[in-house]
Amino acid sequence: MADTKPKTLFDKVWDAHVVEQLPDGTCVLYIDRHLVHEVTSPQAFEGLKLAGRRVRRPDATIAVADHNIATSDRRAGIKEEDSRIQVETLERNVAEFGVPYFPVLSPQQGIVHIIGPEQGISLPGMTIVCGDSHTSTHGAMGSLAFGIGTSEVEHVLATQTLLQKPARNMLVRVDGLLPPGVTAKDLVLAIIGRIGTAGGTGHVIEFAGEAIRALDMAGRMTVCNMSIEAGARAGMIAPDETTFAYVRGKPYAPKGEALDRAIAWWRTLPTDPGAAYDTTVVMNAAEIAPMVTWGTNPEAVVPVTATVPNPAAEPDEAKRAQLQRMVEYMALTPGQKMTDLAIDVVFIGSCTNGRIEDIRAAAAIAHGRKVAPGVRALVVPGSGIVKLQAEAEGLDRILLDAGFEWREPGCSMCLGMNPDKLTPGQRSASTSNRNFEGRQGPGGRTHLVSPAMAAAAAVTGHLVDVRELG
Amino acid sequence: MDKFTTLTGVAAPLPIANVDTDKIIPARFLKTIKRTGLGVHLFDTLRYDAEGHERPDFVLNQAPYRHAQILIAHENFGCGSSREHAPWALLDFGIRCVIAPDFADIFHTNTFKNGILPIRLPRAICDQLIEDARQGDNARITIDLAEQVVVRPNGEKIHFEIDPFRKHLLLNGLDDIGQTLQHAPSIDAYEAKQHSEKSWMPAITVG
Ligand code: SF4
Repeated sequence: MADTKPKTLFDKVWDAHVVEQLPDGTCVLYIDRHLVHEVTSPQAFEGLKLAGRRVRRPDATIAVADHNIATSDRRAGIKEEDSRIQVETLERNVAEFGVPYFPVLSPQQGIVHIIGPEQGISLPGMTIVCGDSHTSTHGAMGSLAFGIGTSEVEHVLATQTLLQKPARNMLVRVDGLLPPGVTAKDLVLAIIGRIGTAGGTGHVIEFAGEAIRALDMAGRMTVCNMSIEAGARAGMIAPDETTFAYVRGKPYAPKGEALDRAIAWWRTLPTDPGAAYDTTVVMNAAEIAPMVTWGTNPEAVVPVTATVPNPAAEPDEAKRAQLQRMVEYMALTPGQKMTDLAIDVVFIGSCTNGRIEDIRAAAAIAHGRKVAPGVRALVVPGSGIVKLQAEAEGLDRILLDAGFEWREPGCSMCLGMNPDKLTPGQRSASTSNRNFEGRQGPGGRTHLVSPAMAAAAAVTGHLVDVRELG
Repeated sequence: MDKFTTLTGVAAPLPIANVDTDKIIPARFLKTIKRTGLGVHLFDTLRYDAEGHERPDFVLNQAPYRHAQILIAHENFGCGSSREHAPWALLDFGIRCVIAPDFADIFHTNTFKNGILPIRLPRAICDQLIEDARQGDNARITIDLAEQVVVRPNGEKIHFEIDPFRKHLLLNGLDDIGQTLQHAPSIDAYEAKQHSEKSWMPAITVG
């Protein structure tokens, strides 16, 4: 019997993957795609070995090294021993277990969340997991994609399933269109500012509305990427013609008649009219300005035109103490204009903003300008394919001429596991997704911004409203 | 995995909200291929100064709390990344139970998988327990998982909720994979069905 109750996008993808429901409501959930990287997998493979288990579906698994690797010339190998051991361990494990792997020197290598969609490995309607919280990125394809811990990595390797309970449904609907100069990054920062870093806890967020529909796939990925910063398990966007056009021709995507059949199913996935959400948030895109974080979590965010908030105005004592700590750590003065903050380092890259569209946006600002004296500006493409594309378009020349560094793909200064780090006290404008204390290096101070805003900070030497640069 | 039945010990008060995984274990310590040995770096930046010396004002550097087995914190504990190094670091330090008003999702799942019990209790009760914990060695707190109670030093019992399936696994020290493999026939059947219904789905091969 057909189930006629209206369903959300999440419900449909979830229901299509339930292998079995246990008496207490826990589901054995089938996983279509498992992405594996070097940091969260060694202990999982070790566990398999100890238990004498094999990888159940190597053909649904892809491995790549991204977090640790140098973004300078890497033909010489990795200098730091512990990083090298992690990458070598991954290489040994994929060989031993027969898992497909994109080698460090291949153009397919890149940040795991960039390469999934780029290669057509992440497709609409799939369940996708990875031992990394920003797996939410792949939800932009219209898939259910979420981060898992290492024990779960082992669980998926061994069983191709996870034990999960359904999440609650949350709708974030963004009406209207973003004003010129305001990007997907600003939109998602504004959403997090509105609902808070725990606003999505226990939920899968579906992003919908005119502003979301109008985004290209890169923008949708930026938005879904940061669902996790809003506390959500995952973010999703219904697949539509934009999605199908993106998928077409991707190396691992279905082709021809198989693609037609896939699209026919994907068209059934968008939320049914009348389906209920547990929580709904409505925002107006026209009111959003370029955003910048001032504090040490992503909800501590303001429009770039604003000033540093005053912790004294916060009535709750614990919150006040937290805000005070943020102001101190970030070396700010309440009431100070955000645009008065001088920047030492600019980082453009990461799984949030390391796609070709992001590099184009940065290059458009850099064109004909120079990085301000004393500022170090790095551009780190999200994958080898992004890097080649940017070079084919001459974007590397524009950036290099302006005084930016042009690096090899990887996570880089997003989390400072490789040599790209802030030194204590340095202030960065970063296109990544986390501004926690010490995230980009101990004592480093991170302001999260869009690629255009980051490039604008690089050429002016301080935070600036990119719309003023024209 | 070690069973979790009852636990009596010193609780460390950590009245901070949004304790993120970078705070619990900074990214620079993730370059390990083992699960053990991370305890010395638990809360590294809060615990040590730039020269690597202990900060005497941080709770885990104070006498009774060096042996804490329970941690009590504020809202949204464990937010941030999916790194299981966070519960590994807690466990390696000796923490078997974290009590907070709520937890970030992935961290919450990860604690269970490592035999750490996360207990959600309302903020007001967490604050009471934090006051208890401030008495250090004089105030042992007991967790009884079977009964689902936290016992305060004054004997007051506080009930907590826990997912029955998770409780069962913890009490018996069972691992999830073994549990799931009992459903192998259903997984086989699902795969066979998917193979015919979603035959468009490509296999990943490299080279
Ligand atoms: S770019 Fe940053 S957030 Fe993304 S996967 Fe790498 S470390 Fe994680």
